[in-house]
Amino acid sequence: MVLVGASALALTAACGGDTDESAAGGTVTLEFAQWWEPELPEGSLRALMDEFEEQNPGITVELLSGPYASTKEQVVAGAAAGTMSDVVGLDGAWVNDFSRQGSITSLTDLMAEAGYDDGELASQIQIDGATYMIPVVNFVYPLITNDALLTEAGVDAPPANRTEFADAAQAITDLGDDVSGWALPLSLEAPNGVQNDVMSWVWASGGSMLADGQPDLTNAQVTGAAEYIQQLWDAGVVAPGAFTMKEQDKVEEFTNGRVGMMISSLAHVNTIRESNPDLEFSIAAIPAEDSYDGERGIPYASWGIGVAENSEHKAEAWKLVEFLMSEEVNSELSSLANAFPGNTSSVPDFVADDEMFATAFEIYQSGYPANEFTGLPVAEELMRMFGEEFQRALDGDQSVAEALDAAQQRWLSEF
Amino acid sequence: MSRLNAPPPVTVEAPAPTVPPRGRRRRLRRHLTPYLYLAPTLALMVLLMVVPIIMVVGYSVMDNVITNQNPQPVGLENYVEVVTDPVFHTAVRNTIYFTVVSVAAHLVLGLAFALMLNSGLVSGRIRAVFRMIYVLPWLFTVAIIAVLWRLLLNPNGVINYLLDVAGFIDSKVEWLANPDTALHAITFINIWAGYPFFMVSLLAGLQGIPKNLYEAARVDGAGAAHQFWHVTIPQLKPIIISMVLLDFIWTTQQFALIWMTTGGGPINVTEMLSTFTYKLAFSRYEFSLASASAVVVLALSMILAFFYVRHQKARD
Repeated sequence: MVLVGASALALTAACGGDTDESAAGGTVTLEFAQWWEPELPEGSLRALMDEFEEQNPGITVELLSGPYASTKEQVVAGAAAGTMSDVVGLDGAWVNDFSRQGSITSLTDLMAEAGYDDGELASQIQIDGATYMIPVVNFVYPLITNDALLTEAGVDAPPANRTEFADAAQAITDLGDDVSGWALPLSLEAPNGVQNDVMSWVWASGGSMLADGQPDLTNAQVTGAAEYIQQLWDAGVVAPGAFTMKEQDKVEEFTNGRVGMMISSLAHVNTIRESNPDLEFSIAAIPAEDSYDGERGIPYASWGIGVAENSEHKAEAWKLVEFLMSEEVNSELSSLANAFPGNTSSVPDFVADDEMFATAFEIYQSGYPANEFTGLPVAEELMRMFGEEFQRALDGDQSVAEALDAAQQRWLSEF
Repeated sequence: MSRLNAPPPVTVEAPAPTVPPRGRRRRLRRHLTPYLYLAPTLALMVLLMVVPIIMVVGYSVMDNVITNQNPQPVGLENYVEVVTDPVFHTAVRNTIYFTVVSVAAHLVLGLAFALMLNSGLVSGRIRAVFRMIYVLPWLFTVAIIAVLWRLLLNPNGVINYLLDVAGFIDSKVEWLANPDTALHAITFINIWAGYPFFMVSLLAGLQGIPKNLYEAARVDGAGAAHQFWHVTIPQLKPIIISMVLLDFIWTTQQFALIWMTTGGGPINVTEMLSTFTYKLAFSRYEFSLASASAVVVLALSMILAFFYVRHQKARD
């Protein structure tokens, strides 16, 4: 595997070098590597790029598109070989590593050079005070509930706090017929369940897993959330197969009516509708601690954007970033992606057209986007470490307190 | 008397054997031809094998590479860190179990099915149908196998349903998600995916055994079991040894199946050397540690490859 990786690097290095070169005739060609194009309606991202090219004569954009995982590997290989595309789609979990590697450039400097006012940006991912990634659109993770199962279980509204959630999950599980109250994906292959399905309980009650930028997994809020999930586990309301369940498995179980509630991306709403048009479901904020009445953090994942340090056309690359973050284009892109905009002035079409998305937008605006893994070093590995220790706790090999302590020690060694 | 004197020998300076330039070129071309045929292969081998191996060995003695712009040599520190890591020990144990059980089962199942297909007890048509059925697992890609078995072994999947109906279980078994069953489950999947390779090769071997050996054995009073142990097995032995060694090498390097079914979990009960190395590289970005781990795996594979090559030479 590493040999294969090394081969790829050797070939990349051998073949690279002028991939981001200007074309003849004074035209600058920007490479834009991302995983967005396959996830958007066909031709829509290209159409936006055509619009950009029209507005910026002399700049053309070449889209390098692939699935999320291969984009990540492509970016890693490009960073190592110095052949990274000029503009790259980024996940918040990669930013720290790429910025420390020196493969992505400081957007703070580019903004200053271009005289850009960043007041409209909803958020910026910063490392050591400099912005390295701007979230272009955000996918929030609310609680999605199966209305029919809740009604059948005698629950008339989606749960708003932890007690209501536990009761609802138990009532749904008690219906029998292989139905479970809640799905908890803890696969170690794709460990983002730790972020979306475990830590979301902490953020929903205004808690944090960090203190002064350092791991703080043993605090009362994280401990409370972890113990709560342990109680749900012990009560048998969690769908079987959790230790190898992935995000797509969770959505599938929910779509098939085998799970009553899940915390999942808003991007899955259309998938569920297409797969099971008869399924009636609702969206609600993630339940908070019973006594909590403050603002709720809502987990999110972003399509972020950055500029390669090795780009010879950083000014032109920034123009592309600025174009995507402009009010009108950002509205259009977020509408196409069924996501929330990274520009605070943008409003996606679906908010007006679709009641469910309107509800989600209200939840989004009444709380705050929370994802503390964004910008952390080796973020995916941190999730995996936590996942391993938490699995041990759920399996009865150690207590929740011991699991959190072990995860804390493992996290500290990575910071 | 005249004396005939032989004229003094005239030494004529023989001209140096001059080979026409065209002949020299022809000879040179004849000498170079095999190397020219080999050149593309050699170039590819150097680019795709020798260079990466040298790079990885070089990486393994640096503090970190790729994510570190100024790597510094650290000697064997990475090797010490890798081999003293408890997860590495778990990965070694799991890899040994996974490999030994898989290879043994591949051999037994492959031989059993090959014997069945080679038997004269069933008609040629039935044999052809079963040959196709038995070889099916080999035709699927690893990704398909992983998805297929994830669905089959899902707690709500077909396997549990059948076992439940048959009365073997009274609650859902989480085959891949339960720490007690996960390693056995992925070993089973690997056995299912790999036995046809043994079966096909052994079937070819069985069909090459001269019939007169069996006739002679029967004349000597050997029953079916004796014929199997004293005719079939000795005749298949060279194939069996080659297959077992190759399968050992391939199975120790199995990655995709494990990654796509369990990701090394739950906890770390299915962690193998391959997944351990992958996580070091692409999850922790510790490319030097990953390189050290890869070199350890390479060294272990080389030991097996040595025995394989030695066996092949002895055969020749």
